[in-house]
Amino acid sequence: MRTRLSVVLLFAAGLLSIAAPAVAQGGNAGPAKAKATTPEIPFESVANFFKLPAGLYMGEGTGVATNSKGHVFVYVRSGETRLFEFDQNGAFVKEFGAGSYGFAFAHAVRVDKDDNVWAVDEGTNVIQKFSADGKLLMVLGKRPDPLDQLALTPGGGQYSGANRPYTFHRQTDIGWDPQGNIFVSDGYGDSRVVKFDKNGRFIKAVGTRGDGALQFSTPHAISVDAKGMVYVADRGNRRIVVLDNDLNQKAVYDHVGAPWAVCISAGPHQYLYSSNSFPTGNNFDQAADTGEVYKMELDGTVLGRFGKAGHGFKEFSSIHQMDCRNPDEMYVSEITAWRVQKIILRPQGAKTSVGK
Amino acid sequence: MKRTLLLLIGAAVSGAALVAQAVPEINYDANADILSLPSYGEVAGVATNSRGHVFVYARTGHAVATLGDERTFYHGGSRLFQFDQAGKFVKEIGQGVYAVNFAQQVRVDPQDNVWIVDAGSNQVVKFDADGRFQLVLGRKPENITLRPGPGVPASAPDAAFLAGRPPAAGGGGGGGGGGGNAGRPAGSGINGDGFNRPSDVTWDKAGNIYIADGFGPNNRIAKFNKDGDFLKTWGSTGAGPSQFNGVRGIASDAAGNIYVADAGNKRIQVFDGEGTFKSQISNIGTPQAICISGGSTQFLYSSNSNDPESMNAGEIYKVQLSGQVVGKFGKAGKLPKEFGMVNAIDCRTENDLWVGEVWNWRAQKLTLKR
Repeated sequence: MRTRLSVVLLFAAGLLSIAAPAVAQGGNAGPAKAKATTPEIPFESVANFFKLPAGLYMGEGTGVATNSKGHVFVYVRSGETRLFEFDQNGAFVKEFGAGSYGFAFAHAVRVDKDDNVWAVDEGTNVIQKFSADGKLLMVLGKRPDPLDQLALTPGGGQYSGANRPYTFHRQTDIGWDPQGNIFVSDGYGDSRVVKFDKNGRFIKAVGTRGDGALQFSTPHAISVDAKGMVYVADRGNRRIVVLDNDLNQKAVYDHVGAPWAVCISAGPHQYLYSSNSFPTGNNFDQAADTGEVYKMELDGTVLGRFGKAGHGFKEFSSIHQMDCRNPDEMYVSEITAWRVQKIILRPQGAKTSVGK
Repeated sequence: MKRTLLLLIGAAVSGAALVAQAVPEINYDANADILSLPSYGEVAGVATNSRGHVFVYARTGHAVATLGDERTFYHGGSRLFQFDQAGKFVKEIGQGVYAVNFAQQVRVDPQDNVWIVDAGSNQVVKFDADGRFQLVLGRKPENITLRPGPGVPASAPDAAFLAGRPPAAGGGGGGGGGGGNAGRPAGSGINGDGFNRPSDVTWDKAGNIYIADGFGPNNRIAKFNKDGDFLKTWGSTGAGPSQFNGVRGIASDAAGNIYVADAGNKRIQVFDGEGTFKSQISNIGTPQAICISGGSTQFLYSSNSNDPESMNAGEIYKVQLSGQVVGKFGKAGKLPKEFGMVNAIDCRTENDLWVGEVWNWRAQKLTLKR
């Protein structure tokens, strides 16, 4: 029991590390020695002294200071940390350094003998000196480069295999059969296909991580044909897995590279397109072997291919999704070149049967 | 023994002083009050176009991490401003652009396209003269891991990053294309635009693109054609020829030679456009920002910028392309005309310069006097 409690406490401390300093600051409370023997001084408080314009709000009032004219400077932790100036009657005068790089977590404001205003910010480790009219005169300290807080992480995701009915784990794509049933490829964190009815009620899910039957490694895209067959782009295993409508495995197409994106065209004769995309790392060692899109019959027979890896016009950087409602007029979206290209295909009718 | 050591130190100090005295001081005027915006934040990049418009790429605000998602994403934190030749604010370019995160540099190419180099997103973005998106190189890491709180052990990637080592290469879809490939020397990067803390960009007459990559684990130059397709890469981590220790800047001359600010090795290395080492310039301190002027006789400027923990050095050297130092000007400080962590130099003409300062949150216009 005791062990369990300490684990929970550690967990909480990790999650709530933001709050930890506040707790530390609040320590050492207790009655002052002089309190009981000291007479009380009568006083009043001026209600509603500060008049903020509509849309401006006080936050944690961490700093206040006056200048030689009696103007009052208030340095607050609002949605953003902000520095306001009011006149001696509490009327709002102006804001200092709105949106400043040096404002993240207000701590103190002071006015020097020349009426310069100094803002001390404990979030950015910066002290800014402003002239009385709000011009930045000097910066002390250096905000830590946010680079120091970035760390690269693998994009492949951590497999959890949680396989919950109504919770996805970095799901990737969706398709529908003619009855409106919903099929979701899920995804990076799970490795499965989930089926729901048209009202969103869970029906079933199949798939775990692996390269065997009914296993997937980053099912990255999904499409459903007019007969209700489900085509899963099993990218990590470099194959398209075909499932029937009840998610039984029926076929595997492993001759068109790593399917980043798949789509199935509309109309009486449907085609399956699959992109063996140039990976997003832009490693040009991989350019010769990737980047092309395959056009197939639904049975996996390859009819042709188009495109190659690259950043130029008519090249494909990293195709991430394709639309092929019209089989000869496609749209492809690319990750690394930040663009969407419209593609007009001009098929010659030549049929090259490659595989499967 | 002690005495000998003291004598040696004394000789070394006076020797250094002699060298310093041998470099003539160049007189100059500085104006820190031209640009009309009140405060930018850290001015990482400043550059002018052919019309004299001034572009400032600054670290202006808070990079935002998004909470409550499957992963923690991040964006924002820097802005790109355009001013006219009188310093009047014209417009902002690239608001909300995916690559804008931690400003590192801005440069204007001979066609007046505006290029930003962002060390947070590891990307280089080209805008045309009107601010329209043209080209992107590199890919932003998809997400961050949250920095561990007090007393919580860092995750393996965090620990590697915080220790200054490249994290393990990301699998499949993501990653920043960090460290070197197997079989290649450390720091040589991939055959592509997997940048890691890129610092600068330049071009040759054919429009080929050279990226300084960078001040992270990669220590190399990557060359691309004008469409952004990879051509070649050279360099690795080290101190020998064609090796770098923190690449902070890059510039090209009219003959197509490439000058690389190899800051950690306190030198500028000169290559031809194919990456063949030609020479090095090593009497200019730590080159934190470099620039090559226009005109028929070109000069190289290099800033020996102060580091954030000192107010020493900070002078900028004027150097002939042969490597001969012509003179120097300025020193570190926070007053007008002084320099605080100069991170960018623009030198469209020999005597009209702009410097961008990280320490002092400003861009100053300099006029060198003969």
